[in-house]
Amino acid sequence: MDGIAIAEGIFRATPQPTLIGGRDRASGRVVFPCPADPDRWEPVDLPRRGTLWSWTVQRFRPKSPPYAGPEAFEPFALGYVELPGAVIVESRLAGIDDFGQLRIGMEMELRLVPFARNAQGEDILIYAFAPVREG
Amino acid sequence: MQDVFIIGIGIHPFGRTDALSGLQQGAYATRQALADAGLDWRDMQFGFGGSDAAGNADSIVNELGLTGLPFINVKNGCATGGSALIGAWQAIASGQYDVGVAIGFDKHPRGAFNALPAEYGLPDWYGEAGFMVTTQFFAIKLQRYMALHGITPATLGRVAEKSFRNAVHADHAWRRSPVDLDTILNSQMISDPLTKYMFCSPAEGGVALILASAKKARELGRDRVRIRSAVVRTRPPGSFEVFAPCIDIERGGAPTLLASKAAFEMAGIGPEDIDLAQLQDTESGAEIMHMAENGFCKDGEQEEWLANGWTTIDGRLPVNTDGGCIACGEPIGASGLRQVYENALQLRGLGGGRQVPGDPRTAYSHVYGAPGISGVTILER
Repeated sequence: MDGIAIAEGIFRATPQPTLIGGRDRASGRVVFPCPADPDRWEPVDLPRRGTLWSWTVQRFRPKSPPYAGPEAFEPFALGYVELPGAVIVESRLAGIDDFGQLRIGMEMELRLVPFARNAQGEDILIYAFAPVREG
Repeated sequence: MQDVFIIGIGIHPFGRTDALSGLQQGAYATRQALADAGLDWRDMQFGFGGSDAAGNADSIVNELGLTGLPFINVKNGCATGGSALIGAWQAIASGQYDVGVAIGFDKHPRGAFNALPAEYGLPDWYGEAGFMVTTQFFAIKLQRYMALHGITPATLGRVAEKSFRNAVHADHAWRRSPVDLDTILNSQMISDPLTKYMFCSPAEGGVALILASAKKARELGRDRVRIRSAVVRTRPPGSFEVFAPCIDIERGGAPTLLASKAAFEMAGIGPEDIDLAQLQDTESGAEIMHMAENGFCKDGEQEEWLANGWTTIDGRLPVNTDGGCIACGEPIGASGLRQVYENALQLRGLGGGRQVPGDPRTAYSHVYGAPGISGVTILER
């Protein structure tokens, strides 16, 4: 998907949308996003698939600042997705027609989705996890 | 370590008081606490105090008198009041002073708390994306807890119903009208599974406690309510806290587990010895989860507890006897001391229409907040 990332260094779009975490060079612990200190943290690609750990729905527009989404607010789902062998990441949830479909443990996969438009009319992209659609 | 007693308590009603600054509400509470103790401001040998959003507590000398006392400002998020109390308690327990004051006050704008990422060491995009909202954390933690331990929405509703019912009898509470269970369950969904009436709101208010050594308390004839323990803990590895872009797969403890354990050890008693408790109820699910984290029941037993009314005023363990944060609102700097105020009042038998029956002797209070801190105190009569 074309657009500008909400921030540098937290995901890449190609060849596949991928979150970039950080691995503690000493302990091996993986976190997201990758902290700035390169002596301690090594950037690492996170698994693209995981399971929904928990979720909620943001039903009112968060205060701005810091929220930078569009003025016209639509409730959005968010939660945590467990990426096996790596870490549990907080994320928007996409590809859900009905919030009642969300279930802890469901299979999710990473996507990039438009989050807002900048002054030049370009899409700003954010990462999101969506239910895996088999077949 | 010397014994320390709470010899005076004061509170400015919580809610909205447009005419007074947060600091002035703190001064109001302090005057009330001094009157309760039968002392004057110039008798105070020291002070600890703080607010989260209403300025420096040491400015209170301009309101109360320029006596030259040492006054230490505390800014410790939701544990501000609890930390001020610990400071004051240590100052007396160490033998350095005989009498002093702990003060907490606050005044927040309407609506949800408006935290900025940089204040928590987080990147700007985290706030821009809409993750910097405390209600999300409580809802997400609760959603998982309910799925794992079989807690139903009706139980969440019963917590809020109890809070509003208790607050009818608390002069200092903000929301003092009963709200029935159906209204709570069917009110606007804020952050699933939590509805509007299940959340507390940012508010205003002030609380002050006068502390004294055993010798001083006896001299004044006010040696009734003793501090058995007062602790604050930060989070351990693998915990799940407010404003977390990620959490470890290997799950760990929680700051409340650490604070509760330390407080019980310090007091030399256990959860079964507690007669009433004030537990952090940012929303009704927090009260449910904190019942277990503080050791009062096992995970999942809350269904039975709430269905049977075991946390009501005349239940086996009355919880949030003044309506807690849900009915009082949450002025961050004052909220933890409100709990201790309520406990001291209950142990003195002055709870009026919300007095816990049976002559309670022990009372427990617990605060929790960002970025993963917890404070516990245990009082004994």
